[in-house]
Amino acid sequence: MHGFANPARFLRLARWLTPLLLIAGLVVTGLTLAWALTSAPAERLQGDSAKILFVHVPAAWLGMGGWSALAIASLTELVWRHPLAAIAARAIALPGAWFSALCLATGSLWGRPAWGTWWVWDGRLTSMLVLLFLYLAYMALAEAADRDAGNGGGGQSRIPAIFGLVGAINIPIIHYSVLWWNSLHQPPSISVGESAMAPVFLYGLLAAVIGFSLLFGGVVLTRMRAILANAQAEARLRRRAMEQDFDDFGKRDFAEQDNA
Amino acid sequence: MKAKHQRLTLALIAVAALIGAGMLAAWALRSQASFFYLPAEYAANPPEEGRAVRLGGMVEKGSIKTAADGVTISFVIHDDKARVPVTYRGILPDLFVEGSGAVAEGRRAADGQFVADNILAKHDENYVPREMKGMTNEEARKMIEGAS
Repeated sequence: MHGFANPARFLRLARWLTPLLLIAGLVVTGLTLAWALTSAPAERLQGDSAKILFVHVPAAWLGMGGWSALAIASLTELVWRHPLAAIAARAIALPGAWFSALCLATGSLWGRPAWGTWWVWDGRLTSMLVLLFLYLAYMALAEAADRDAGNGGGGQSRIPAIFGLVGAINIPIIHYSVLWWNSLHQPPSISVGESAMAPVFLYGLLAAVIGFSLLFGGVVLTRMRAILANAQAEARLRRRAMEQDFDDFGKRDFAEQDNA
Repeated sequence: MKAKHQRLTLALIAVAALIGAGMLAAWALRSQASFFYLPAEYAANPPEEGRAVRLGGMVEKGSIKTAADGVTISFVIHDDKARVPVTYRGILPDLFVEGSGAVAEGRRAADGQFVADNILAKHDENYVPREMKGMTNEEARKMIEGAS
């Protein structure tokens, strides 16, 4: 694991993996969604509106999977002080928030014709909304903590990592909300080893999940590289500013000597 | 014990405590956080008359009847233990069909009937192409299991 602790090695790997993930993700997602819109069958009761499933389910999976990854990165940061873990957690937060929002939006669009309502304060819907708010809170917290650290707050703050770990409690609540409580949302169609979905929907869904996950991975790597590049640029600027100060200081010194 | 191991132990204890707290909270909420009453709960412990509640269950086969005025419908929501008659005036969602799940928002009337202001259809976990339209849920489920 500490092999990846070296940012230079990570950057070498990320340089070719990023475009690979992004291109593969675009191709798989594009083909799956094109198939879903043109040739996937209509569902028996819901008709064509069931096709939103091919966006809704991957979005839900990445919203929840994103926070799980963020929590693991936070744990790694807290325990092993892994230099890339904090960067990974910060890189995951934004796409995680976007996918959670996409999940809520597509669910709402589907809910209107299927259930007869845009929104209900149901256990599943509410806990998913809480996940979106957790992402927004994490981003605000990480931003504030990093600004403090930059202003001489002394080292990297561990508070975002603690928040990331604590927020993970919401993930099992989202998953079990439809099983613990009577919910308007249906129970999971797919569980280990069994599916209540016809194969045509199941395999289409699987392709969509893979495609969106590849995109998610590509976006996270891009953001990690951007954060690293930003830190590098800032360090360089700071070093130059210090050299400048030093030069000015030296000149002033000589000037004072001349006057004397 | 190295500092790293100490941190790991602390973090794991914290995570275990958090999960415990979350589970306790979820357990305490188990009835309040439910979106609706099941017919069995409704029959065993009826809510007071006029209080806004939700009742959810299956729509009994053959129970949907449209009244003479053409907009009032009555049907029965049931589970395997109890049946509750419901009346409703208004527009129904597409997925509201006999033999499938529905949630009625409304209140209990004096005669024990449930008067709904709003009907939500509950989709089940089955996703079946339109070609299997004529089948019942059980037949469709069997066909999916046979094919996969």
